[in-house]
Amino acid sequence: MKKKIKNLSLNFGPQHPAAHGVLRLILELDGEVVEKADPHIGLLHRGTEKLIENKTYMQAVPYFDRLDYVAPMNQEHAFALAVEKILKIEVPIRAQYIRVIFCEIGRILSHILNVTTQALDVGALTPSLWGFEERETLMTFYERASGSRLHANYFRAGGVHQDLPAGLEDDIEKFCNSFPKIINDLEDLLTDNRIFKQRNVDIGLVTKEDALDYSFTGVMIRGSGVPWDLRKSQPYDCYSQLDFKVPVGKNGDCYDRYLCRIEEMKESVSIIKQCLAKMEKGPIKSQDGKISPPPKKELKQSMEALIHHFKLFTEGYRVPKDEIYTAVEAPKGEFGVYLISDGSSKPYKCKIRAPGFSHLQSMDYLIKGHMLADVPAVLGSLDIVFGEVDR
Amino acid sequence: MHNLAELEKKINSELTTKINNSEIKHDQLYLKIDKEDLIDVTLFLKTNKDTKFRQLIDITVVDYPEDSQRFKLVYLFLSHEFNQRIILSYRVNENEVINSLTSIFPAANWMEREVFDMYGVNFKDHPDLRRILTDYGFEGHPLRKDFPLTGHSEVRYSEDKKKVISEPVKLEQNYRNFDYESPWTGTRYIKDHTKNNEKKN
Repeated sequence: MKKKIKNLSLNFGPQHPAAHGVLRLILELDGEVVEKADPHIGLLHRGTEKLIENKTYMQAVPYFDRLDYVAPMNQEHAFALAVEKILKIEVPIRAQYIRVIFCEIGRILSHILNVTTQALDVGALTPSLWGFEERETLMTFYERASGSRLHANYFRAGGVHQDLPAGLEDDIEKFCNSFPKIINDLEDLLTDNRIFKQRNVDIGLVTKEDALDYSFTGVMIRGSGVPWDLRKSQPYDCYSQLDFKVPVGKNGDCYDRYLCRIEEMKESVSIIKQCLAKMEKGPIKSQDGKISPPPKKELKQSMEALIHHFKLFTEGYRVPKDEIYTAVEAPKGEFGVYLISDGSSKPYKCKIRAPGFSHLQSMDYLIKGHMLADVPAVLGSLDIVFGEVDR
Repeated sequence: MHNLAELEKKINSELTTKINNSEIKHDQLYLKIDKEDLIDVTLFLKTNKDTKFRQLIDITVVDYPEDSQRFKLVYLFLSHEFNQRIILSYRVNENEVINSLTSIFPAANWMEREVFDMYGVNFKDHPDLRRILTDYGFEGHPLRKDFPLTGHSEVRYSEDKKKVISEPVKLEQNYRNFDYESPWTGTRYIKDHTKNNEKKN
């Protein structure tokens, strides 16, 4: 007797804990083997790019926090750099160090979340409990510098909004000394763990060629053995003065990407330490009164400061006509801003290049032929955050 | 090619007729081409041993509603080997159909879907041209300049019908776009005075 077997269509998400947000994945299954995956995205689409076209350059910054909300300041950095390049303004060295410190804190924030939730997806609960405690500490640093744990709105074209409060540098230093132990503890739990390896080694393989063709960036391309890091190859701010290594994987599977992330966290700690050691007192934003708002204490005495303040917070500064693409190495990959200014105080067009968008696109290619249980593992190692994928 | 000027020269000499304009600024090479040459130019950039632009970083569109050729399509390429970026662009009309890059770069798939969704630009030979970011059954193309910021319809859960319904947008207060740009151009008597001075000089 012949039995006819039909493929099963399975709807995964959008409300599924392993979907890392609002991903709807239509899977076609042959038994337990995935034949085809069709991600439906856009459930978190807010029209960020349209909104930015209707806001001044300063008002556009908070929208960048809401893209990859796990590492907010890294996104702000890309936008600030783009505007600075068009305006041709210098950023004071202290501001550069502050920005790099907070970008690296963002990288650690993002990698802790990713590594631990990936472990959670494949069945380990403890790493997330340990990791999230550290994330909480890091977010208090965010809060002390900017006033908010997540949506910082801290970077400005020409520097940062305000100087670090007293004592914060020492506390970050203390964290840098205690954190490597936590990374080691996490590694003890995961790196040689039999179950973790069974679930991740040789899963979601990406070859070098395919990583290039699918526009992979960040850990996704480094995991496949391409030594490419924008902090090294196209350094921005003070990265060229810092000494750090770029970890590169060998096999391009989920496990190698996990190892890359762990190593990157260690490098980030060393970068933060170097910045803290080199940092000196000084201005934290551009001294050009036409771009940076005046200090509050001047407002009561100086007529000019008052005028600048009023003009900056109503009209905003004008940016000359230009077209530019600027990218930074965000924790998830190359985060870019393609900005077209038209001489007014609002961007004419601001296209955001989110790394997660191209990574998620390859879901079908990555998961074909894998088992259903591998879907969360692959999805976890792609490091998807829907704020940036959907924009 | 190890520096951008050499690269510009090389591309201009190899693709003489196809490059309408080239320019270097912000450490990037800006190329302008014709719509028909997209596939040829991209293949050249990707495969030539002196260029090796192996990655398509992004595709996007800029909308200029007043111009005769409304849309400017922009392609961003990256060469790891030589650490260079190219920004390729060309202009098209509203109803023109464009060649898809999906056969050269698989990554173009979603990028072109996004362009189609946001601007309504159509692609030829695209394997799966559906909307991507907007809702199922959405109408219009939100990133066009003539699409209102507040949109046309909003959805809510209706207690009577026990389902999610779509209605025209109702706002307590309409979106107000204040024009803060300075109307101040100087009073007339100062203007006349400066003009007279200029004449004397």
